[in-house]
Amino acid sequence: MNIHEWLNSNTFTYRSFWDLKHLVAEKENKGLRVSLCLPTLNEEKTIGKEVLIFKSELMTRYPLVDEIAVIDSGSSDQTREVAAQFGADVYLASDILPEMGSKKGKGENLWKALYQLSGDIIVYIDADIKNIRPHFVYGLVAPLIYRPEIKYVKAFYERPLAAANGVRPIGGGRVTEILIRPLFSLFFPDLAGLIQPLSGEYAVRREVLEQIPFPIGYGVETSHLIDVYRKWGLQAIAQTDLDQRVHRNQPTRDLGKMAFGILQTFLSRAEKMGIIGKLPDLGTVLRQFQVQGEEYKIQEFDIPEEERPPMISIPAYRKKWGLDG
Amino acid sequence: MAKQKFQVILDRLPELAVRAAGCVQALLSNLVLIGEIPAPTFGEDRRVRFIADRFAENGLVSGSVDEKGNAIAVMPGSKGDRNILLEAHADTGIPSSVDHTILVEPDRVMGPGVANNSLGVAVLAALPHFLEKMEIVLDSNIIFLASSRSLARGNLEGLRFFLENNNLPLCAGICVDGTQLGHLSIQSLAMMRGEITCTVPEEYDWTRFHATGAIRTINEVINQINAIPLPNKPRSNIAFGSIYGGSGFNKVARHAVLRFEIRSEDDAMVKKILRQIRDICEDVSSQKESRIDLDVFTERKAGGIPFAHPLSRRARKILETLQIPCRVSPSTSELFAFIDRGIPALSIGITSGEVLAYPDELVNVPPMTAGMTQLAALLLAIDGGYCDEHS
Repeated sequence: MNIHEWLNSNTFTYRSFWDLKHLVAEKENKGLRVSLCLPTLNEEKTIGKEVLIFKSELMTRYPLVDEIAVIDSGSSDQTREVAAQFGADVYLASDILPEMGSKKGKGENLWKALYQLSGDIIVYIDADIKNIRPHFVYGLVAPLIYRPEIKYVKAFYERPLAAANGVRPIGGGRVTEILIRPLFSLFFPDLAGLIQPLSGEYAVRREVLEQIPFPIGYGVETSHLIDVYRKWGLQAIAQTDLDQRVHRNQPTRDLGKMAFGILQTFLSRAEKMGIIGKLPDLGTVLRQFQVQGEEYKIQEFDIPEEERPPMISIPAYRKKWGLDG
Repeated sequence: MAKQKFQVILDRLPELAVRAAGCVQALLSNLVLIGEIPAPTFGEDRRVRFIADRFAENGLVSGSVDEKGNAIAVMPGSKGDRNILLEAHADTGIPSSVDHTILVEPDRVMGPGVANNSLGVAVLAALPHFLEKMEIVLDSNIIFLASSRSLARGNLEGLRFFLENNNLPLCAGICVDGTQLGHLSIQSLAMMRGEITCTVPEEYDWTRFHATGAIRTINEVINQINAIPLPNKPRSNIAFGSIYGGSGFNKVARHAVLRFEIRSEDDAMVKKILRQIRDICEDVSSQKESRIDLDVFTERKAGGIPFAHPLSRRARKILETLQIPCRVSPSTSELFAFIDRGIPALSIGITSGEVLAYPDELVNVPPMTAGMTQLAALLLAIDGGYCDEHS
């Protein structure tokens, strides 16, 4: 399957999956269980609405989702309390697999969710989305329910403009277009077909997630795509247009940190895969600048990109799922 | 006999309230999904389409969006020999350009239009779920109507169109407003609503001694309207709702607009006040050499059901039993369309709210349980015939 064929066959729009009764029937017919994970860190303003909408629309109205879990990194605001009040199962990431210790980063929450949640399909949705809609979940889950060969579904957001006729460019955010797409185009041209590879919303089969490592920081989405592509091929990946996502915009300096973390993960993968030669020991400190009067000052940020091993290698996980017979 | 049977409904209220409490999340979810779709009057089609889809998903029948943009559907009763119209206006006074994001907190929901009237239409969308969980099956059909083109220049166009063309005899109507819980409207005030527009001609000579801009001219109109004597009987009032004009700090304004509403308990008084305002506009216009246009686009006649009408009495008794302070006040909203056609009707509110008509409008969540219980009990009372004129 080349990238053009893939784009035609594995790119969806959530509108195709409007028949939720049929989707739920198909899910039940296949005996699948769906878990929704919302990783959080100080999201009290948006988490209530997300839990409300998903619980009311996709558990009560249409029983597509079997559990909604908030995996929190230790919020100092009311995130956990608000989520619980709206009916989510709330966990502190540090309380899950305590023997594995606690690390800081979104990837850590996603990895630990895999242990805590029970679904055959895990859906990750960022908790800072202001315009949350049920299709953020069913648009990602549906390709996995209808197409057994698909294992990993990524969101992208593309609102058709009423005035736009003909061809126009589309794509991802700044980090995607300046860093990820050029890197993918150079080293993994097939993955350049993903319109928004860094999107924080995706649905994945457990059998896939448990077999891949999880960088705990910014690199988790990039590494997932590379690992799934290498192990299961392009045909296992799909993407769904979810229309529009409204969220807080990040300052350029924060995007610099993100790009730094992603680049570490990417280079580490490329080295291990033998795509590039042996690299020297790379630093983990990003330097940015600030000025006071006429004095320029360097700010140093340590951004180590540690990885959690594939969950299937964790004894407690193997025991929980009875994988050792 | 009817009184005794109505008591059965009142006795059920605590149980209904418990069941309603378990359904409030469904109401909030509908409030968010509906309220985040912009629906300015004459631009409410996307919201109406969504509501129509909700009606269909809820298993309502005969669903449609009619030529005026109303979403209509029917929940068939077990006998189907009577019809109750449940109406909420789907449009808002908020332009599409405003950010319609709704914030949800455990005890309150905030966002433009949440009270007026996103919550009202959310009630329509969620009611089938409430009735199912409350194990309420009515003998009567309930006709669900999310009406279009209700506000401002819409002038109840959607609701009027439905009532003119509806073939089903209606035994009663309930207008659902988001706020305020405890307020009942059973009577419509006579009302006229319009705009006074002052325009200074392009060729106006600004060097003249008496040269004034449009804002000063509108101010003169306001001063003279304020001098109109208003009687206490019938109670009458002139409200200035909004005013805008000009384009800066030091430029003389060429254009100014005043929006106003005349209200009275008597139709003739409204007409009389309007005549006086018209005279003022012509008089000021002739003195100031500005053009003043008076455009009246909304008119309601006074009327309604008597305070002692069984529909009013039962509604008040339900509120009293729920220990919700009741305030009966006249309305200038959709009630008029029912009154105009002789259909007994009232308006109810579902919860309390604050900062109404502003972008950070908010509704409180805890009272919604009582609001939905009130609505369910009212439907049971109408269905049982306890609100009929001679019951």
